[in-house]
Amino acid sequence: MKKLPFLVCVLIFGYAFLYIPIFSVIAYSFNDSTLMSHWGGFSLRWYQELFNDRQIREALLLSIQIAAVSATFATLLGTCAGLALARLRKFRGRRLFSMMIVAPLVMPEVITGLSLLVLFIALEKFAGWPAGRGATTITIAHITFSMAFVAVIVQARLAGQDQCLEEAAQDLGARPLSVLLDITLPLLTPAMLAGWLLAFTLSFDDLVISSFVTGPGANTLPIYIYSQVKLGVQPDINALATMIIAIVALGVTLSAWLIRVRERRIECQTRY
Amino acid sequence: MNKTPGYKGLLAVNLSARAVNRGLLWSPYLWLLLFFLAPFAIVIKISLSEIVLASPPYQPMFNWAEDATQWFNGTLENYLFVLRDRLYLYTFWNSIQTAAISTVLVLLLGYPMAYAIARAPADKQGLLLMLVIIPFWTSFLLRIYALTGLLNTHGVINNALLGLQLIDQPLQLMYTDFAIYIGIVYSYLPFMILPLYATLERLDLSLVDAASDLGAGPLRSFVDITLPLSLPGIIAGCMLVFIPAMGEFVIPSLLGGAESPMIGRVLYDEFFLNRDWPVSSAIAVVLLALLLLPIALLRHYQAKEAEQ
Amino acid sequence: MKPFIQFDDVSKHFGDFAAVDRVSLDIEEGEFFSILGGSGCGKTTLLRILAGFEELSSGRMLIDGEDMSGIPAHRRPVNMMFQSYALFPHMNVAKNIAYGLKQDGLEPADIDARVTRILDLVQMSEFAQRKPRQLSGGQQQRVALARALVKQPKVLLLDEPLAALDKKLRQNTQFELANIQQKTGITFVLVTHDQEEAMMLSSRIAVMNRGQFSQVGTPSEIYENPQNRFTADFIGSINLFEGNVAALAETMMTVSVPAIDECLTAPAIPDVNIGDPVCLAIRPEKIWISRQAPDTEGNTILTGEVVDQGYFGNLSVYRVRLPSGDMVQVSTQNRVRSTERAIQREDEVFIHWECTSAVVLKE
Repeated sequence: MKKLPFLVCVLIFGYAFLYIPIFSVIAYSFNDSTLMSHWGGFSLRWYQELFNDRQIREALLLSIQIAAVSATFATLLGTCAGLALARLRKFRGRRLFSMMIVAPLVMPEVITGLSLLVLFIALEKFAGWPAGRGATTITIAHITFSMAFVAVIVQARLAGQDQCLEEAAQDLGARPLSVLLDITLPLLTPAMLAGWLLAFTLSFDDLVISSFVTGPGANTLPIYIYSQVKLGVQPDINALATMIIAIVALGVTLSAWLIRVRERRIECQTRY
Repeated sequence: MNKTPGYKGLLAVNLSARAVNRGLLWSPYLWLLLFFLAPFAIVIKISLSEIVLASPPYQPMFNWAEDATQWFNGTLENYLFVLRDRLYLYTFWNSIQTAAISTVLVLLLGYPMAYAIARAPADKQGLLLMLVIIPFWTSFLLRIYALTGLLNTHGVINNALLGLQLIDQPLQLMYTDFAIYIGIVYSYLPFMILPLYATLERLDLSLVDAASDLGAGPLRSFVDITLPLSLPGIIAGCMLVFIPAMGEFVIPSLLGGAESPMIGRVLYDEFFLNRDWPVSSAIAVVLLALLLLPIALLRHYQAKEAEQ
Repeated sequence: MKPFIQFDDVSKHFGDFAAVDRVSLDIEEGEFFSILGGSGCGKTTLLRILAGFEELSSGRMLIDGEDMSGIPAHRRPVNMMFQSYALFPHMNVAKNIAYGLKQDGLEPADIDARVTRILDLVQMSEFAQRKPRQLSGGQQQRVALARALVKQPKVLLLDEPLAALDKKLRQNTQFELANIQQKTGITFVLVTHDQEEAMMLSSRIAVMNRGQFSQVGTPSEIYENPQNRFTADFIGSINLFEGNVAALAETMMTVSVPAIDECLTAPAIPDVNIGDPVCLAIRPEKIWISRQAPDTEGNTILTGEVVDQGYFGNLSVYRVRLPSGDMVQVSTQNRVRSTERAIQREDEVFIHWECTSAVVLKE
């Protein structure tokens, strides 16, 4: 790397580009002034306002609820889909199925949102369910697009995994269903966990699809933030952003630390 | 062999491996048929209907009750409207242009970054990659919001430039094409770096050594060896940026100006403000048709990647 | 007595490709049977057919008199040791070994006792609580063996069991495997590409080529009496002389070899006629080499020039060019520390062998 100062410069520039906006948000969240243009001294007043804001609290709770429920269902459905795709080489409609799994990954959100909304309206008219739109329809929409991500993660994991482990279990007398529960699923746990986290983040983050399929009263956090930001810079949003960044950073550091500790332990045990 | 104690009793049913896998398949399959495929069918149907002032605001296409000779109410009127209108055509063109320019910008920044990460010491690569991914885990909306804080008339950049006395008056950065480019580069950079890193990291360094051993300079060996071999990563990364950027709504709506409309935003407005469902459905279908080629490209190269 | 494992005209096709092509084979109870062949010869497919991972395209396969068609892998009385060992990474050694017993619904106390016993047998007792990734390759290999053995299968299948071990460890493990097979009396079917391994371990070997057996027999039958060119060439090294049958007597026959303009004598083989194209084969270690003309009667004697010489410590290998240009490989044991001048490159030498050492091959 020392021979390549150009690459070092690019890295510095790139990371600066990625992190300067984030750090400026963090800095301004402690700014006492309402204006971004000048520094009014250190203060926690925006955090105070944030905690007293009932609307944000409700939006946050709703978002967490929707994200948790949709991530859980998306993980279940996505894992089934990934398993079927990786293990069933041939079945009727495989092309259609794999297309439906891949398409949501790249589908523009406006299209997904629009089509789901017209579906919900049609369903309500002809089947009477779901009655009206709100948290339920948002959850269904989020399950639909995030299960694709889980399926892809699970499928990739299965493709990289030696199938002889499952054959070995079978050889030792395990029935297919036991093989699934004893071997396949436990080995998939990390992939499923990663899938759940990704699905949670995608749902927690989603604005466009939610705006299409939401109904009166169901304001998720992104919908609320968007409505506020449209009005201009809101200092308490800085505080909110800072807290989300802090949680993510904490989570990432924690998981990196856990992985390291685990590896160390195994290394020590192997050595003696 | 016949005793099955504990929970194994539940599993005593003798299912073949294929039956188990088939059992797994039907629930996601049905779900996607209902919530992914059916909605598209409805969108296509609405795009062929006439607008009416009702709820839902479109004519039913199949009208069984009335005269049997006139049961089909379909019309191509909406498509003709979208494709003849100069504003819509300009919007489509502008979206393609904006997405393409931004994609090139992401590539110009992402390629050297991915290359530098792939050539960094092995123990540093994980950290460097993590630093690329972390912003992706924080809210997309909040990151775009963070950009407005930088680009505003009284934002960080203008303040800094004014403070350094490089400019006398604040620059108009917000609500411009420039802001949209910055927004797209900023939010889609990881999508470019990750596939590029994957291909570059796998690339055998001895190939480059061999090229320089045979007399190629650093630039020559980059152009002759590294670039062609990383082409699958380049195409995958570009499509991963271009496709969602085409339909982007948040970035143009928060950072863009009125004079350069993007299709995602127009579709949204048409649907919610004008309540013209047939026309917005037609726009959605046209947008999807425009994206079919890039999507096919992406799938082709991803399948190639998977083979390796 | 009925054979224990019976392949009856078995084929396995993958699309147009016949991985196993109309194979019939009987394996007796208690045998240590090896299937030997290069990569892609169909040996692993044959093993997977035994285990139940591949269905037959045609033919029948019986174990202990029972037709195995339609019986899935988990209900077959066979267990397999996988080439990659396939140890479950999320279970410790004891749990890995107990897994198969749990599937049979044994009492926990019984399972514990059997796991303890088998861990003892493979000398892995102290590692019972380790996870597979905390074990060395040799230790993993023992666990895989124990896991397959603990179910006391009628047949134990071994897919290249020693391929992942280094040479020294491999030799020791070979002895152990043979030992365990004798102790347990279980029928072992081993698949390998390593001829030494197959020779050392097996009671019988099947040499496999392109989905078919080129020869089945005891190790010495296969080495000393190869029936065809593939077997002769695949096992060890051998010199081949192409020619035609020139004369036939009761015990001996003569083959004229146009390339070296000589008639060579060898033990007669059945079902050949004068003029048939055949091949005369002689192993390098059965040839003597000397600088003086040998005074032996009745041996085949040729002359040539040494073009290459390799010294391997225990033996030396020479490549001798005959006047016709054909090469003959000769190897000699370095039994004594020779004081006379050793044979060197460019030496003119005599090579000779007893006529009964040569073998005539029809195909």
